[in-house]
Amino acid sequence: MSKTSSSKTWLSALALWGGAALFVALLPIPFRSGFMLSMLSEIGIVIIFALSYNMLLGQGGMLSFGHAVYFGLGGFITMHALNFVNDGVLPLPLELLPLVGGLGGLIFGIVFGYVSTRRAGTPFALISLGIGELIAASSLMLPSFFGGEEGISGDRMAEITLTPFGFGQQIEVYYLIGFWVLVSTGLMYLLTQTPLGRMANAVRDNPERTPFVGYNTHIVRTIQLSLAAFFAGIAGGLFAINYEIVTSEIVGAIPSANVLMMTYIGGIGFFFGPILGAILITLMELMLANITHAWILYYGLMFVAMILWAPGGLASLIMMHKPLVKGRVMSGVLKAYAIMAAPVIILFLGCMGLIEINYHLSLSIKPEDPMHLFGIEFYAQSLVPWAIFLALAFGGFFLFLKTRRIVIKAWQTAGNQLKKKESGS
Amino acid sequence: MIEYLVFSLLNGLLYGMLLFMLSSGLTLIFSMMGVLNFAHASFYMLGAYFAFQISTWVGFWPGLIIAPLLIGVVGALVERFGLRTVHKYGHVAELLFTVGLAFLIEEAVILIWGRNSADYRIPELLDKPLLTLWSTDFSMYRGFMLLIAVCMFVSLYLVLTRTRIGLIIQAALTHPEGVSALGHNVPAVFMLVFGGGCALAGMAGVIGGNYFITDPGMARMLGPIVFVVVVVGGMGSLTGAFVASLLLGAIQTFAVGLEYSLTDLFRLFGVSLSFQGGILKDLFRIQIAHTGPILPYLIMVLMLIFKPKGLMGTRES
Repeated sequence: MSKTSSSKTWLSALALWGGAALFVALLPIPFRSGFMLSMLSEIGIVIIFALSYNMLLGQGGMLSFGHAVYFGLGGFITMHALNFVNDGVLPLPLELLPLVGGLGGLIFGIVFGYVSTRRAGTPFALISLGIGELIAASSLMLPSFFGGEEGISGDRMAEITLTPFGFGQQIEVYYLIGFWVLVSTGLMYLLTQTPLGRMANAVRDNPERTPFVGYNTHIVRTIQLSLAAFFAGIAGGLFAINYEIVTSEIVGAIPSANVLMMTYIGGIGFFFGPILGAILITLMELMLANITHAWILYYGLMFVAMILWAPGGLASLIMMHKPLVKGRVMSGVLKAYAIMAAPVIILFLGCMGLIEINYHLSLSIKPEDPMHLFGIEFYAQSLVPWAIFLALAFGGFFLFLKTRRIVIKAWQTAGNQLKKKESGS
Repeated sequence: MIEYLVFSLLNGLLYGMLLFMLSSGLTLIFSMMGVLNFAHASFYMLGAYFAFQISTWVGFWPGLIIAPLLIGVVGALVERFGLRTVHKYGHVAELLFTVGLAFLIEEAVILIWGRNSADYRIPELLDKPLLTLWSTDFSMYRGFMLLIAVCMFVSLYLVLTRTRIGLIIQAALTHPEGVSALGHNVPAVFMLVFGGGCALAGMAGVIGGNYFITDPGMARMLGPIVFVVVVVGGMGSLTGAFVASLLLGAIQTFAVGLEYSLTDLFRLFGVSLSFQGGILKDLFRIQIAHTGPILPYLIMVLMLIFKPKGLMGTRES
């Protein structure tokens, strides 16, 4: 009995990972343009980075404000290694160079991890912040390693490769990144299943009790952080290969905050949460940043909204529907969502309009010029657009409060149906 | 040399007092609620912008009083409707909420006042030299800032030691559960302290914004330094925060003027070194003046590793 069920889980795992590999392999067929391929490459790098961050925050309960240190150092080390390869000093194929970045991340992870993980919580958060600021500030003082203002650049079209790829084209880089995404994701997932992964969870949930079962919380945290730093270093190495330039900004506070926010928005409670966050935020950044100044504001609002109302992130919002789908009682809830969609859209339109008008007034060179929004031209100074957007925002909010009750009711009936089915079967 | 010493001391004292206005509120909040408020420097920035806005309408002097009060109200509202909502999810959620808040306040400031620095000026009345020592001026506005900072310090001290609410706050610093058990309304005290701490930060912004610069990056510049003060000073210790503020102020102002590097140190012992290149060359070329930005973080990291209680802290977090 147990044998068949375990072979079944093996089969489903194989199907899942095989499917993922196939997906990564076939994705460039519909998205073959240069922009799309760069975007997919960027998403792949960010996925590894976010997953490695979740090894700290989600699995180990360590809130780090300096994870970009390992990402950035991995990037710089890979770039130096690449230049050594091109100079003929280091005989290493390009495909394995991210591993050099990973090992660099690992070494720094062991050093910084050992000194910072004696306690989790606020002290750890502050030490990670301090180390992040230290590395960021010293990056301008040590120009021979960090390259000063202009950074370090290199040529990824190396002589030695394992594959017939020359890495002159983006699609070849995409496949390299795709390969490392699959390997790293698989390894990080397997790590959650090992005794170490379990002990990391135990240390996160109850650091007072774990010593009683014979584990040293400090050591467990150090190992967990070092491994997270290893994967962050791999992501940094891929970044270096993808962009062929690494500047000191990538060790700074902004990428550190970014990975924290996207991991949290994706959801730290599930393994796949950070993947969702990485995809969503990178898409938002690439799509919206050109259209509107406001995307950072929307990003921050999303983050704060998640903290206040959905601390499990997108992943938990999706997973809470799982029992409803399994019990086939989803239809009522879906109907309620469809009803709520209208006021939500109205509310968003109103708020977006107000935000865009204000950005136009504060950021454009000549606020007197007409502005464009949703294809309509109007003046930010006139009262009519203000009145319309205010009405939309308030009206939408009012209707949202009304329809919220419908959704809550739909959830209650779905829950009751579920209970009835369970007791019936 | 004496001129350099005296003015560095005065400037260090000034910077230290401003840091203390920021860190006193943060220490109170951190020690009582266990929440390290990442948005604290954002309230400093808001204070500067509010005062700028008020000064364009009715002048500097009303803003000096109205802006901090408004910031206090904003802070209290944030505590009541933000922090208290996420309190049930634990400390990490509270910390993350303040991070998100800092992010949002910065964006909101850009949304309302734009990306460029605001034209927030020193009032004309104070825009002249107070005294001239040797050949350097000490402006009247600096004297005014010192005066305000000292007044805040004295009144904070009096409130905390001479009033009933001050005694409750002091008790809650070290024994929050005990105070709650004695029947005091601890959530209300939290809201008051959070609002008060934010008002102090706002006050620092009102008098610091026109002296330094009022732009959307000012919170991000100062924010981490304030944490350093709190960590070095120690949990639950206002005196520690005071000492640490003055210390950091002095370190940062003195370091700016010292142009010595490791090479000079070795030369002192008769060893002259020269490197062809690489990291060692970089390391030996760095002057103390350039280490100004990293010294506070170095101190903080070392403090957290070797003496987590801080200089005068009573307990670890």
